Amino acid sequence: MNSGAGSAGKAYFGRRAALSASHRLHSDALSAEENRAAYGKCNNPHGHGHNYVVEVLVGGEVDPETGMVVNLAALDEVLRKNVIERFDHANLNLDPCFKDRVPTTENLCSVVFGLLKDALPAGELEYVRVEETENNFFQCYGE
Amino acid sequence: MIFLTRRATFSASHYYWNEAWTAAENERVFGRCANRNGHGHNYTLEVTVAGEPDAVTGFVVDLKWLKDVMEQEVLAAYDHRHLNLEVEEFAAGKLIPTTENIAIAAWRRLEPAVAAAGGAKLSCIRVYETPEIFAEYRGGQ
Repeated sequence: MNSGAGSAGKAYFGRRAALSASHRLHSDALSAEENRAAYGKCNNPHGHGHNYVVEVLVGGEVDPETGMVVNLAALDEVLRKNVIERFDHANLNLDPCFKDRVPTTENLCSVVFGLLKDALPAGELEYVRVEETENNFFQCYGE
Repeated sequence: MIFLTRRATFSASHYYWNEAWTAAENERVFGRCANRNGHGHNYTLEVTVAGEPDAVTGFVVDLKWLKDVMEQEVLAAYDHRHLNLEVEEFAAGKLIPTTENIAIAAWRRLEPAVAAAGGAKLSCIRVYETPEIFAEYRGGQ
């Protein structure tokens, strides 16, 4: 048994992963003019894409036997199955998650939080952060 | 309250091994990280302190002071070292040098020096093992 980490309390493990997807920001509740005003270029009819970066932070006690909050390989598998395979090289507007929701990165962030929250191999989901470009990102704490 | 963060990098080698387990168990749980010859990373250490800016200097802490403390307490011990073989807290039977445990150990090394200075409190340690993998410790809260 390794010693010393058992009394350390809560720590966090973070993982970043990339996915590329297309979307179009358009709300059926708005007129064509209103959509144009609200979303600008993002409302162009054929959509556009981004290289998104998803960052997850998992909180929990450090397992004294492994020194880990969560096993990286197990976390990667959950990320891959629940998020990357679903959205990478896909059109977000066509995913059932966005049937009644505009695929803004705010909404993508909260959808990803929902897909991961109960699927983690260990620990609790502290936040999901989605970077749409190098200059803008969104963070969801599930509240 | 203002949160101030200073970043520094260090390079070190390590491996993951639980002395209480068989070799097969270690290899099953830790995979390639259990290779006893070790491997290395370019780590990034981020240290965040929290406090009110001083009325005279406008500083939460003097960044040069924080840089020196990080160098003396952490980098001097970890940089260009084999963590398992050369750093006391990661010796066989003690902490496995995972990213989580490096963040916790760095906190333990820095917290007394930050507390002794008075004023700002240590708020968060973040350690990046690669740009895509990191761990964070906020003192166990």
